[in-house]
Amino acid sequence: MLESTKTVDVERVRSDFPILGRKVNGKRLVYLDNAATTQKPKAVIDCLVDYYSRYNANIHRGVHQLSIEATEAFEGARKKVARFVNAPSPQEVVFTRGTTESINLVRYAWGAKYIRSGDLIALTIMEHHSNIVPWQLLAHEKGAKIEYVRLTDDGRIDYSEYDRVLALHPSLVAFTQCSNVLGTINDVQKMCDMAREAGATTLVDAAQSVPHMAVDVQRIGCDFLAFSGHKMLGPTGIGALYGKRELLSSMEPFQGGGDMIKEVHMEGAKWNDIPYKFEAGTSNIADAIGLGAAIDYLDALGMDNVRRHEIELVEYAFEKMTRIPNLKIYGPMNPEGRGGVISFNLADIHPHDMASILDEEGVAIRSGHHCAQPLMELLNVPGTSRASFYVYNSKADIDAFIGALLKAKSVFCV
Amino acid sequence: MSSDFYRELILDYYRNPRNFGKLDPHDIDAKDSNPLCGDEVEMQVKVSPDKKIEEIKFVGKGCAISQASASMLTEMAKGKPLEWVKGLSRDDIQKMLGTPDLGPARIKCAMLSVKVLKTGVYGFLGSEYVEPSD
Repeated sequence: MLESTKTVDVERVRSDFPILGRKVNGKRLVYLDNAATTQKPKAVIDCLVDYYSRYNANIHRGVHQLSIEATEAFEGARKKVARFVNAPSPQEVVFTRGTTESINLVRYAWGAKYIRSGDLIALTIMEHHSNIVPWQLLAHEKGAKIEYVRLTDDGRIDYSEYDRVLALHPSLVAFTQCSNVLGTINDVQKMCDMAREAGATTLVDAAQSVPHMAVDVQRIGCDFLAFSGHKMLGPTGIGALYGKRELLSSMEPFQGGGDMIKEVHMEGAKWNDIPYKFEAGTSNIADAIGLGAAIDYLDALGMDNVRRHEIELVEYAFEKMTRIPNLKIYGPMNPEGRGGVISFNLADIHPHDMASILDEEGVAIRSGHHCAQPLMELLNVPGTSRASFYVYNSKADIDAFIGALLKAKSVFCV
Repeated sequence: MSSDFYRELILDYYRNPRNFGKLDPHDIDAKDSNPLCGDEVEMQVKVSPDKKIEEIKFVGKGCAISQASASMLTEMAKGKPLEWVKGLSRDDIQKMLGTPDLGPARIKCAMLSVKVLKTGVYGFLGSEYVEPSD
């Protein structure tokens, strides 16, 4: 049995992840919950320890040596993030807590200025709650409206629907690049082109795409793009927002506090330059540097190789899963058109029962609505089971997963 | 979590739930859901003059643990005094299900029906049920 795919030396990669050596319920850990969060390579863990052991200090305006080193590492991480998504400048990269905060930053700092009563915000039905609820809050506050783009039967954007919604002249169109449930990879370049022609500002939720494929914000042509560090081998609590310079410059601040101002007087303040205008208070220095280390790790593998590896895993999993009677897979069935996320249901086994049985076999998957309840309503299911892959997953992991599925099938006699 | 808690008993009650349906007339009607799982349970109770559970039925949907627990609880509760409901514990429910340790991820599924029944009983007796924190 092949451990490695053609593109990634899985055995070597696995040896970089200490957690993969542990056992769960006496079985080898098979971690297939990567769309929720990924494991961390030793390089990232060591990077955090190194920061706290050698040069922990507050950044910016520090004159002493430790502060200079910490500032260089923090801003170095920003440069890595900018280069990773091909942002024209690190000034267009704002550090946040993650995708959710990135989107909320746009909701407050952009929405406060640019959304008015009667305006329209366009979303798709495949959005994660984090790309729905902030806009519902904004719409409620401003008296704006929300319109959803419907999907095709196999879970792709229905472009006749997209045309219909764009014809309503939305002020903002926000959509995911890769669905965390269906795995669908959207042609975000085309979607941004069409939205721009309709006069809309665009936001791409890249939480499930930046970790898994080469993403180029200039080629996509989006106004904003949001993603999380912890879904791409980095620490929790750090993420980024890319925003076009002219937009970021014209926006209101996000939170008020230190670091986001140039001057403060008793009667008012002058905002700092971008991106610092949006980074009030002491930043998450250690985890930003850790995210930089995660990017180094992914760069060394090569994002095109990461993508190829996941396509191979999906092909392999599909081949085995489609042989199981009464197993329904949601989303597009061509591995090239989807990410390494497979949502499924097996007969009438409830997703939580499925996840429990798999856990007994050491196989970690997620079950439930995946923070995408509007999509669950559309699929007419209470939830799904979801297996999601990453660079350290092997064909042996998928074999273990299939074995556990067959056990669930026999326990429930379906 | 202990392995193999999907015993035949639980699967039998999941596939063939006893006391499934609505009860009309009823004295108690309570329902709740588990936002994590989407499990839903509604219980209806007819109370006898001496404050006992004369009839009890449930409807719901969700995982095997939540639905089997609700069904088995209706069987266990029938004929018991309302006061008995107040004393139901996690251990009682795990004993009922035949599962020594469901673990923190799934105990809420098993306890949903208890929460519903307690909410209804406390309400009927004129007070409010406050679920203890973990």
